[in-house]
Amino acid sequence: MGESRKISLSVNGKTYEEEVEVRFTLADFLRQQLGLTGTHLGCEHGVCGACTILLNGRSARSCLMLAVQADGQEITTIEGIAPSEDEMHPLQEAFRDNHGLQCGFCTPGMLTTLIEFLGDNPDPTEQEVREAISGNLCRCTGYQGIVAAALDAAQRLREANGA
Amino acid sequence: MKPPPFSYHDPSSVGEVISLLGELENPKLLAGGQSLMPMLNMRYVMPDHVIDLNKVEGLSYIEENGGTISIGGMTRQRELEYSDVIRAKCPLMYDALLQVGHRQTRNRGTIGGSLSHLDPAAELPTVCAAHDATILVQGPNGEREIPFPDFPVAYMTPATEMDELLTGVKIQAWSDGHGYAFVEFARRHGDFAITSAAAMLEVGGDGGITRASLTVGGVSAAPIRMNEIEQALIGQAGDEEKFRELCESCREIDALGDVYASSEYRQHLATVMSRRALVKAYDRATGKA
Amino acid sequence: MSGWKVFGSRAKRLEDPALLTGQGRFVDDIILPEMVHAAFVRSPHGHAKILGIDKEAALSIAGVYGVFTLEDLRPFLNNERLVVGLPSPSYKQELDRPALADDEVVYVGEPVAIVVADTRYIAEDAAAMVDVDYDILPAVSDCRAALEEGAPLAHSSSPHNILAQFDMGYGAVDSVFESASHKFSESMWQHRGGSQSIECRGAVSIYDPVEELVTLYSATQAAHTAKNILIDMLGLNETQIRVIIPDVGGGFGPKLVFYQEDVSVVLAAKILGRPVKWAEDRREHFISTTQERDQFWEVEIAVDDDGKILGLRGSMIHDHGAYTARGINLAFNSALIVSLPYDVPCYYMDVVLALTNKVPVTPVRGAGHPQGIFVMERLLDRAARELGIDRAEIRRRNLIPSEELPYTKGLKTRGDAPVVLDSGDYLACMEDAMERIDFVGFPERQEQALKEGRYIGVGLANYVKGTGRGPFETVTVRIGPSGKIMVYSGAAAMGQSTRTMLTQIVAEHLGGDMNNIEVVTGDSSVVAMGIGGSASRQTVTAGSSALLAAQEVRDKALKVAAHILEASEEDLEIEGGEIRVKGVPDLKVELGTVAHAVAGTPGFALPGGIEPGMESTQNFMIDDLTFVNGTAAVEVEVDPETGKVSFLKYVIVHDCGTVVNPMIVDGQVVGGTAHGIGNTLFEWMGYDETAQPITTNFAEYLLVSAPEMPHVELGHMESPTPLNPLGVKGVGECGVVPAPAAIISAVENALSPFEISIGQVPLRPPEIVEKIQDFKAANSQAG
Repeated sequence: MGESRKISLSVNGKTYEEEVEVRFTLADFLRQQLGLTGTHLGCEHGVCGACTILLNGRSARSCLMLAVQADGQEITTIEGIAPSEDEMHPLQEAFRDNHGLQCGFCTPGMLTTLIEFLGDNPDPTEQEVREAISGNLCRCTGYQGIVAAALDAAQRLREANGA
Repeated sequence: MKPPPFSYHDPSSVGEVISLLGELENPKLLAGGQSLMPMLNMRYVMPDHVIDLNKVEGLSYIEENGGTISIGGMTRQRELEYSDVIRAKCPLMYDALLQVGHRQTRNRGTIGGSLSHLDPAAELPTVCAAHDATILVQGPNGEREIPFPDFPVAYMTPATEMDELLTGVKIQAWSDGHGYAFVEFARRHGDFAITSAAAMLEVGGDGGITRASLTVGGVSAAPIRMNEIEQALIGQAGDEEKFRELCESCREIDALGDVYASSEYRQHLATVMSRRALVKAYDRATGKA
Repeated sequence: MSGWKVFGSRAKRLEDPALLTGQGRFVDDIILPEMVHAAFVRSPHGHAKILGIDKEAALSIAGVYGVFTLEDLRPFLNNERLVVGLPSPSYKQELDRPALADDEVVYVGEPVAIVVADTRYIAEDAAAMVDVDYDILPAVSDCRAALEEGAPLAHSSSPHNILAQFDMGYGAVDSVFESASHKFSESMWQHRGGSQSIECRGAVSIYDPVEELVTLYSATQAAHTAKNILIDMLGLNETQIRVIIPDVGGGFGPKLVFYQEDVSVVLAAKILGRPVKWAEDRREHFISTTQERDQFWEVEIAVDDDGKILGLRGSMIHDHGAYTARGINLAFNSALIVSLPYDVPCYYMDVVLALTNKVPVTPVRGAGHPQGIFVMERLLDRAARELGIDRAEIRRRNLIPSEELPYTKGLKTRGDAPVVLDSGDYLACMEDAMERIDFVGFPERQEQALKEGRYIGVGLANYVKGTGRGPFETVTVRIGPSGKIMVYSGAAAMGQSTRTMLTQIVAEHLGGDMNNIEVVTGDSSVVAMGIGGSASRQTVTAGSSALLAAQEVRDKALKVAAHILEASEEDLEIEGGEIRVKGVPDLKVELGTVAHAVAGTPGFALPGGIEPGMESTQNFMIDDLTFVNGTAAVEVEVDPETGKVSFLKYVIVHDCGTVVNPMIVDGQVVGGTAHGIGNTLFEWMGYDETAQPITTNFAEYLLVSAPEMPHVELGHMESPTPLNPLGVKGVGECGVVPAPAAIISAVENALSPFEISIGQVPLRPPEIVEKIQDFKAANSQAG
């Protein structure tokens, strides 16, 4: 094992203290060391967006961060989006209802990105949604179901927030 | 595609960074990681040491004082995008930021990282060139300022020394109500521009241009100011045909060429992007857009 | 369709909950105790002799378990080659890939050695330290150059660079062309890139020395194919290998192929006695996963004064790459499809598959059909322009009318069966698409736009595509004593909603409760035979088998229930997990009880003399392809100064027969369309003249992203096929097929003031600008 460090971080609300190799990317740390394999690696050079996680609430590519950089930070992954085991997040529900996924490989990045985006912009236009996910590649859906899901989720979230 | 082995350092002060840069063999500075990390993953760069700047204090700020905008090197692109100061005082940068990468990369990417990486197609160096920005650099002998025209020394090579750290940028705001436009052609939204143009214009009461800045990015090794066009614009009204004529000289730019875009195509796009930027900037200056 | 419980409904997908919560299990998600990680040493050269391999430095790195070359694998190999080529009499050479490179590498990315270490990080460190001594040989990159006199040989031991040559056709082509009043010829370059599924390939293998059992988890589209190849290569028997397909993150064709990495990972696990994982990274995907690439066509159409097609002929050179990883099928598909939607009295196409020093070519979603359709549609546009006939009108005059279906073409499938267009209404599809895009009103809009300095254009393309390739796909339906309905199939899922599709078909006949059904696909141990996911085939093949199996199990369950309830079968119905007497809901028996009754109790006869087990296995046999059809109509705007193409509207009207789930069908068509848009305007897999790939990451090779993708308007027709009991046709590839032809037609139309003709895919902005500049230069000289 190469040079390593001890880090402490919160992932999906749970605190982890782990020894990690300094060259490990955050994505590999989450997947291999914490077993949170819901975050996917599609390109490892920061283009496809499948590895997107939320870092202190902000979307970020976990293939473009070292795990050591997450020391002291709060991470949310796809495993941590749903409010409980029996209940999905409105965005997840909207993805299912609008066929926003086929193979499901790009889905973790789509969900994390859109959670941040809908926080920034609760009532987006279709074009704004398309630009928000411009850094997330999907090879299955042609994006149509994803865009519909995002718009649907925005409405559900607005309604839930009493808007 | 996994990073090669390296030692990791996470200093908390600029002084420590400078010392590490002086002590360590083959180090690389890690800012937002949106350029360095892909290169590490692909093993295009193989540093022995990575010096992480993310815990360095005092490098993330956006301040405005008497028309001078000061930005810390570790200021994230998202912070610039959402900054009222930038929107009010440096709207060209705001215009450009909307075309920089994607929200995930803007959340991490920093202005200092973008300037240090100095990709000829990147938007922020082009904005700095347009604004005659001053680059703030700190080294073992203290701080120095590099005027932007002296900053790029070669393709993707800034004028910072090996033991220096880019700590910030200073930009002089233009007068309120100036026209500005950042126009680019990229294959897809968020891609690096094949060619971009940044224009700023001040227009007098008679509709004549009193001050002009025109910069072309992505065409040559570094952003290039079109000085002759700028001079010729003074006194001109916003006539698109005149702009078209003036921008023809962009075909003379010493242009890069590759399999994606030939030098001729880039030169051609430079004429188009320049003209479109000038038209949009003029319309904004005169309240038409 | 009324009265159906779930069949035909927009049922929510059963795949989604796990995938939406991060609980999917893709191959790289498999983490096993003692597992070690593989990386590959790959050829950096298009063509070279291997003079020697020095592993010492790599082996000295801490955490490295082994570096294996072909020499190391040889003792375990019954057959060193991956013999996978589909049969054809047209081969001139048999070139099967070795398990790892022997003494010659023939493409960049060819695996030379497998390195296994504690982590992928260390494996990559070590792979870089394996010192391979190469003697670089001349490489051949362009498939046309490969056929020229004196071209470098792609394999130094080959007599020439022709992998295969064949022709096909019917009718008196030569005499028809001799007498035809109008003949128009075109040269076309058509290029398609790779699949670029967002999940790359991957494999995890476990060797159990007690049972002598090899288990391979593979991101493949065909578990049984992988199993059969491993049986051949490793000399195992059928009980000694199990291939399991976990969740697959997109396939699109290249994951159908069995690769050198698969067998290498299996053997590394056996040699080391530890589970070995290899997760392909994106750069590896670009250089070592099969692609489609180049076709060069020289074609000619003959028409009469009214634009009626008299004949079509031509030749095509197809880039095959360095080895045969699938067969000649891709080029065959392209040549076969050209004339199909239209009444073409005579046809001839000569095809050469050229060897190049590039990664092998195999089908990507669409599998050669977009190219063939492009040829036909471009020639029709050309003829229309030359004769002054409206582009829709010339198609109207030549499309095969619905009353002539089934229509037998003068061509044979690769299995030598006649090509019969089975059902549909091609003309109605086109008229619907035209109406949706206001084709008739377009010239006025175009004129108006031109006045504003905007260049807009409209294009349309008709297609048919053979789907549901046989001969069968096994499905077993079984009700267990638990009352759960199990469905097992040799089908493979990679995002097409296979599980939901099979569940909807089975549930319809067994109580309608989709949650009571478990589907197991992609596991070679659950059914003896399987073909897998390709050629838009699984709803046709597995769907039909599932229907028949479900119906047989239903009949059996009702018979047993009738015995138990002492009622007549005709009076029973299956509702949820129960069989009950219609109108007397209290008189009921649970499915589990019924299954238990025929599960066998020692010494007791089964009720009613019924066969044991509440199950049925069906292999619905399919000989003929069922042809889907449709029309894409596209409106674009072209920026003549930058060459940028933007979509104003994209319509596709299609007919895939009976629809099992409209939501899923829509998703397939739109997804395919995105792939076609990518192929037409963005994707290009570039190589330099030394056959070095120059687009090996997602910044260089562009996939279409959300802002560039138009909203696709869909229109549906439903002409059930008589060829299977469901009436279904395939849909997975439909969207791709007409896209290049329709988009290029629209771009050409938008640029009509510049008199530009376009015979290439992809078409990129600099090329558009160049064509416009050429026109202006020519005109200013002339003027």
